[in-house]
Amino acid sequence: MADKVWAYIDHFKGEAYPSSWEALGAGRALAGQLGGGVTAVVAGSQVKGVAEQAFQYGADEVLFADDATLADFRAEAYASLLSKLAQEHKPDVILFPTTSRGRELAAMIAVDLKTGVMPDATGLEVKDGAVVATRPVYAGKLLSQAVCNARPQLITLRVRAFPAPEPDAARKGKLTAVPAVLVEGDIPTKVAGYTTGGGGVSLSDAAVIVSGGRGISNNPALTPPSGMDEKQAEIWRAQEGFKMIGELAKVLGAAVGASRAAVDAGYIPYEHQVGQTGKVVSPDLYIACGISGAIQHQAGMRTSKMIVAINKDPEAPIFRMARFGVVGDMHTVVPALTETFRKRLGK
Amino acid sequence: MEVTLKIVVCVKQVPDSAAKVVVENGQVTWGDAPLVINPWDEYAVETALRQQEAHGGEVTAISMGAENAKEALKHALAMGCQNAVLISDPALIGADSLLTARVLAAAIKKISGVDLAFFGRQAIDGDVGVTAAQTARVLGWPALTLVSAVSQLDPGVGTIQVERSVEEGRQVVEAKLPASISVVKDIGEPRYPSFMGIRKASRAEIPVWTLSDLGLEASAPVVTWPEITNPPKREVLTEIIAGDNPQEIAEKLVEKIIEEKVL
Repeated sequence: MADKVWAYIDHFKGEAYPSSWEALGAGRALAGQLGGGVTAVVAGSQVKGVAEQAFQYGADEVLFADDATLADFRAEAYASLLSKLAQEHKPDVILFPTTSRGRELAAMIAVDLKTGVMPDATGLEVKDGAVVATRPVYAGKLLSQAVCNARPQLITLRVRAFPAPEPDAARKGKLTAVPAVLVEGDIPTKVAGYTTGGGGVSLSDAAVIVSGGRGISNNPALTPPSGMDEKQAEIWRAQEGFKMIGELAKVLGAAVGASRAAVDAGYIPYEHQVGQTGKVVSPDLYIACGISGAIQHQAGMRTSKMIVAINKDPEAPIFRMARFGVVGDMHTVVPALTETFRKRLGK
Repeated sequence: MEVTLKIVVCVKQVPDSAAKVVVENGQVTWGDAPLVINPWDEYAVETALRQQEAHGGEVTAISMGAENAKEALKHALAMGCQNAVLISDPALIGADSLLTARVLAAAIKKISGVDLAFFGRQAIDGDVGVTAAQTARVLGWPALTLVSAVSQLDPGVGTIQVERSVEEGRQVVEAKLPASISVVKDIGEPRYPSFMGIRKASRAEIPVWTLSDLGLEASAPVVTWPEITNPPKREVLTEIIAGDNPQEIAEKLVEKIIEEKVL
């Protein structure tokens, strides 16, 4: 008999997504109040290693579906599997990390089981036997509580909002093999491959982020190559600026972010945009360089543990959110920071 | 027989992204900030129109909401959609995502013969982001979410190939039509409505469908929002780091950051 609290372990080709462990940790806390242990669900092809890790991070039981049809994550196949397992075992709660896969899976299972999904929760508490999820709405301008009166309660957890438990290599649990539900012919999509791997550190789960804004193209010390028109020269300057940000990011093991203004001006691809219409991030340290801090941008980074702002304009709103501020030119301060960190961190 | 596309694009009316949204006396308010078409949905409209322009056929914009959601539909018409339908019913106030998906799926069935339904990745008010996947599930269609490019579409054979923006990069996925698709920003900058488009949209009579037109009964929401609050004020004491030169500033700042143990 599986437990009341389940955690879905998200992985990419057998490599577990780190916030899956945060879901196991949060599940453990809920189980403390709802009773029982935590059951993890692991699906894929040749992913025994993920199941073993799930035990190390706190799962008491793993429902384990290992099948060639599950090799690529395809929402329809995974949703049918989880819905069937949930119908058989009737969990109270299923937690997912808020990854592209976790959100989609929870959405589909909710339809199958006529229940609700509460995505991107940043807090959980148990009240009268039900889970009250706190989730940011209006891009974090407001916080909403959500409750679901059907079962199971499907909740996706914001990445890095819950602590991950320490793994215990000696920890074991009960591995229960379960069959896939859909056969290949019933799965409506085929994954043909991948054109790009993002490379570098992913923004959503980065512990440190260095971001650049509109100010990145204003380095007076740079002379663009001849033959460029004004717009080309501006983009060239901005790209040089992002190289400089990239150096600092490299020393800190950080991801590179950008404001909407920088993305819209064509300085850097959209994948890097932090804000209401970009990515929402909550790193331990967020270094904003040449970013004024419009509401749009704040919405994406306000839950960072510490914000450092470097901006020429002492009135920039970003300074009101920053623990440390430097009123000055990022083009001279950032390279100095890179060198100083390099020495201090021994890199 | 000529094969053309029948496309639906689902849009929502939301407060402008620059609005200062706060809770006053337990009510969410955005002052006099305008209501606009959800920014993500503009990308969905753009994608729908590009496919329609490439393959022929027509695009119908649909929205579930109050009378004022007609403004979002008029924006979609002004951009170039051929038709628009508002789904409005007092019983839909407070609808959760599951009911929304059932309603949109029923409307798509009523339009009939639809090949593709486009959605923005999420609405910027509730930030729930499950409607494309849930509507697909109700319809029994494949869901292609977070799509950044439609690389192939063959309405004759009934197949589509897209690139999806997932954590690990761009995933290439193939599916059979009909399909439900949510798009992200890299799909292409939405066009501005043309002057002619705006004039046409302002004169358009937008039909309103109720739940009974869709043969549906409202179900009580399974998810409720008992409380909505302003986030706790961020208590930050800002310390400005100054110095005679960048090197001195950098040394002081690095020292401070290391002291706070965030690295």
